[in-house]
Amino acid sequence: MKDVRDAAFVARASDGRLIRRPMSPHLGVYRWPVTMATSILNRATGIFLTAGTLMLVWWLTAAAAGPAAFNVVQDFLHGPLGLLLLLGWSASLFFHLLSGLRHLAWDLGYGFAKPGLNPLSWAVLGGTGLATALVWITAYSRLGG
Amino acid sequence: MADHVKIMRSQLGRARGLGAAKSGAEHWWAERVGAAALIPLSLWFVFSILSLLGADQPAVAAWAGHPLNAALLLALILVTFHHAQLGLQVVYEDYIHTAGVRTAAVLVTKGAAYLLALLAALSVGKLFFLTH
Repeated sequence: MKDVRDAAFVARASDGRLIRRPMSPHLGVYRWPVTMATSILNRATGIFLTAGTLMLVWWLTAAAAGPAAFNVVQDFLHGPLGLLLLLGWSASLFFHLLSGLRHLAWDLGYGFAKPGLNPLSWAVLGGTGLATALVWITAYSRLGG
Repeated sequence: MADHVKIMRSQLGRARGLGAAKSGAEHWWAERVGAAALIPLSLWFVFSILSLLGADQPAVAAWAGHPLNAALLLALILVTFHHAQLGLQVVYEDYIHTAGVRTAAVLVTKGAAYLLALLAALSVGKLFFLTH
């Protein structure tokens, strides 16, 4: 033992032998495969969408309160910050949805084969971009451009 | 007994069959059931928002006054907040290493999530009964 922190790595194996626990390498030494990026993004978008529920609550309580309160929310959502947040929340929703479908497939035992993992991750990212673009194009064309 | 050498867990830990989390099968399952329910619910929500673009308060109230819309909104609120607090709990359990702080964070998040869900549900109820 060279450092007192090494003590944390001392353990016993099932048969009682003293062993040194294996240490996982630090995150910084990995290159970034797309599977790792999508895994982290799934969690990040989940957290961001949770923040988005506050917007949903504000929108609903304002609608219930009456036209004056509702107009305040609508003005915020149509401002630059509101639009930016809506863009982020819509993209996050589609990513979390598609990535979640992938997780549900994995939970059922499908899609674990190594060759398909990278294309599937890119498909999730591509699908997110496509769905987000489609929603915003629909929105702007419905509002009359 | 040949596998002893490869498994770095205590005999007691192996006999109990539980990891550091102590429990979690129900949590894991509830998170997935919620996720599956949110697939149609969130898609319905996106389509609803698109149909409500530019709508004023009376139009939104009329939309929420439809029983099917109100029911789906309530379902969306319930499942979303349940799924969100389950997900955040896992994040806390991964990154907060002090037991007391972790428990406090989980409890505060659960409390806030259910309060917000009730607030949103009450608003939907008010919008619904405005038109009935």
